[in-house]
Amino acid sequence: MSAGLTFTYGVVRILNLAHGNLYALGAYMGAWLVLGWGSSAMPVLSYLLLFAAAVFIGVTAGPLIERLFLRRVYGKEEEIQILLTFSILLILEDVIKLVWGVSPLFADKPYIYMGHVRLGGVDYAGYPFLLTGIAVVTGILLWLVVTRTRFGKVLVSVITDREVSSALGVNVPRIYTLAFTLGAVFAALGGAFTAPMFSVVPGIGAEVIVVSFAVVAIGGLGSIGGAALGALLVGLARATAVHLFPELDLFAIYLIMALVLLFRPQGLFGQVQARRI
Amino acid sequence: MAIGRRLDPALALAGLGLFLVVPPFLPQWITFLLTLAWAKALAVLGIVLLLRGGLLTFGHALYYAVGAYTAGFAVKFLGVHEGLVVLGLAVVTGAAASALLGLLLARYRGVHFGLLNLAFSMVLYAILLKFYEITGGTDGLRLPTPLLAGVKPDAQHLRLTIYYVTVVLAALLLYVAYRFTTSPLGYTLRAVRDNEVRVEYMGASVRQAIYCSYIVAGVMASVGGVLAGFSVGHIVPELSFWTQSGEFVFVALLGGTGSVLAPVAGSIVFEFVRNYAFKYSPYTWQMTLGIVLLGIIFFLPGGLWSLKGIAARRWTIVTRRSQ
Amino acid sequence: MSAVLETVSLTKFFGMVRAAEDLSVQFQEGELVGIVGPNGSGKTTLLNVITGYVKPDRGRIRYQGKDITGLSPRAVADLGIARSFQMPQLYLSLTVLENLVLALAIRAGRAREFWAPLERVDRRDEAPRILEQFGLEEHASHDAGQLPEGARKLLDVALSFARRPRILLMDEPTSGVSARDKSKVMDTLVPVLKGTGVTTIFVEHDMEVVQRYAERVLAFDEGKVIAAGSPDAVLRDPTVRRALLGQP
Repeated sequence: MSAGLTFTYGVVRILNLAHGNLYALGAYMGAWLVLGWGSSAMPVLSYLLLFAAAVFIGVTAGPLIERLFLRRVYGKEEEIQILLTFSILLILEDVIKLVWGVSPLFADKPYIYMGHVRLGGVDYAGYPFLLTGIAVVTGILLWLVVTRTRFGKVLVSVITDREVSSALGVNVPRIYTLAFTLGAVFAALGGAFTAPMFSVVPGIGAEVIVVSFAVVAIGGLGSIGGAALGALLVGLARATAVHLFPELDLFAIYLIMALVLLFRPQGLFGQVQARRI
Repeated sequence: MAIGRRLDPALALAGLGLFLVVPPFLPQWITFLLTLAWAKALAVLGIVLLLRGGLLTFGHALYYAVGAYTAGFAVKFLGVHEGLVVLGLAVVTGAAASALLGLLLARYRGVHFGLLNLAFSMVLYAILLKFYEITGGTDGLRLPTPLLAGVKPDAQHLRLTIYYVTVVLAALLLYVAYRFTTSPLGYTLRAVRDNEVRVEYMGASVRQAIYCSYIVAGVMASVGGVLAGFSVGHIVPELSFWTQSGEFVFVALLGGTGSVLAPVAGSIVFEFVRNYAFKYSPYTWQMTLGIVLLGIIFFLPGGLWSLKGIAARRWTIVTRRSQ
Repeated sequence: MSAVLETVSLTKFFGMVRAAEDLSVQFQEGELVGIVGPNGSGKTTLLNVITGYVKPDRGRIRYQGKDITGLSPRAVADLGIARSFQMPQLYLSLTVLENLVLALAIRAGRAREFWAPLERVDRRDEAPRILEQFGLEEHASHDAGQLPEGARKLLDVALSFARRPRILLMDEPTSGVSARDKSKVMDTLVPVLKGTGVTTIFVEHDMEVVQRYAERVLAFDEGKVIAAGSPDAVLRDPTVRRALLGQP
């Protein structure tokens, strides 16, 4: 999820507030598909459905948003760009409500299928392990794509210098659309695979954007490794807080964020951007 | 040599006069909506001031809630019922809160600034929600009618009294904001938006300019929060929720950032439109907001206020042609 | 005579690029010095290091006998060293006059006042006078973003000049200006600057401009001074010609 956010930002240089909605869309789509077609006869099917839901949302909503709206504000003031994604956020919030209604969806089957794992004499639910596995695998995949593939290299060149890349024959608008879509898929994946753990309710998009912003801000905007580390820190802090001060689990995140930013305003792995004069 | 675009004093005074004279003849619910619109316009004004420095906050409801809960606590724990004292307290708490958070926030621009503000406002929301014994949790706090300079307003004219207090105070703060925009600090803030490097090279501190402006904006919202709290008579944690901040941002854009009067115009239009929209399509309300916002971004970047200029230009063209 | 500004074995590397290597230069009170050199020879870096925008790897900068190495651009500006930019750095949404009056307000330490209007700062009409000196009075009420390039360049210098600096650093005051207008820009600037006795150091690509207006010239290559002296002497120097024009 955060990987998607920081990825989009890194390339397009627009922080997408509607990212949380893509997450929510993924969650809804996933939950809805699982409720509709998931059967206990074929547990694997429900995981495939979650995956399909995420990819479907990513490749439809991603290009649509990028082509239709974001494209018009590249290079404009940052406030305008943020406002634009904010209006998309507002619209998508209601689209979700219109399509799936306001009552929560429970699609906990995939959670139950995974059963339990015995570790050191204690029972743990299996699903969180699967989730962690998926997160690690997608993280590594993303990293490999960026550092090892041709697409990744082109991407880096576009990030470094838009004009030169386009002069060298790189189709910059296409790269933007692709990158944004990829980011959208990641968001939707995050949503779809966490959906079985919670009930899916309206408004999760907004909550998620705040948390994942915290994650990204800790790691440094635009740094995938940073996002991973940020996610780890936030996850640990939250888990600790849940054990020690259940009231304060949200604060733990912000506390870490505030501390990190106090000493390293650009985040742990962020780079300071100097203005050219 | 005159500089800057002047506030048109005739227009401002005529507008204020209208708002002072007409309400006794209006139905009560309209007066109530107007009161709310004026109170919220102050929070919006804070956002507009910061926007002039290129800073967009998604958490300004934080200070709105600080003001409202200052009133709530003052009544509940301190037994203060004097409205003017409560307002004074809200100025202090608003300034204190923004001065504290500003220390951290004044370093940031763009997305970081916007979302850090959002994060802090959500923290306050969570606090208000969870510390039930003090804040009343989701039930919120009741805010009884305050005294005004020691006198209890009589029940019959209660709405109207609150309305007048709100309008007069808001008008005063609008004037303060106007002075701010024409002052060296106001211009420095605009210069920060245009070119930070140059501001530093000229020997002014960008951080100080942002910090001072942030405090001014925080106080505005805090006073707005008290006024809104008293007019509704009840305060809830949602005052600090992100949707409230989003609403302020929306109204700021709707009104436009061209004048300190624009937030009032935007706020009044907004309250009335919402009043009707809620009746007819409660589920598509946010979508409507989003679509209107898109429309403003692409077609009317100066907000409603710029319509005034466009109308004036059309008018001169028409009159010139007819000559 | 001791130098008003000097660098002592200044060194700055950007990766493999030598922007300054053991660079020691002196500037005397009131002189008008031109700096020439090929792209990437460290001309702009020198200005950036002096004004604190870039920190040197090694070496010191002394101004009026005081060490100012490592100060922030703001602190350097407060000491009386102003600079203009190759790409004019203006407040594009403010008018020319507002740009200038704001500069005066900042100089007067009044940038934090938030009650009295900005125009009060300039009770003695200093801003209109500066606009006149720089030939910008016709643009006074135009937004800085709408100015033609030549006027932008002039306003950029005027903003720095309004601080009444002891030292003014100009980064390519005539770049981006049409050949015809280059001398117009310089003919406006030089008399004003000489009239106040401000020490002026300008980086310039155009040899003709340097030859005509500089009193002394420093030629840079790869972070080092390869020649210094009168414009004619430096520009005729074979090493300089080879570095600048690629001529053997």
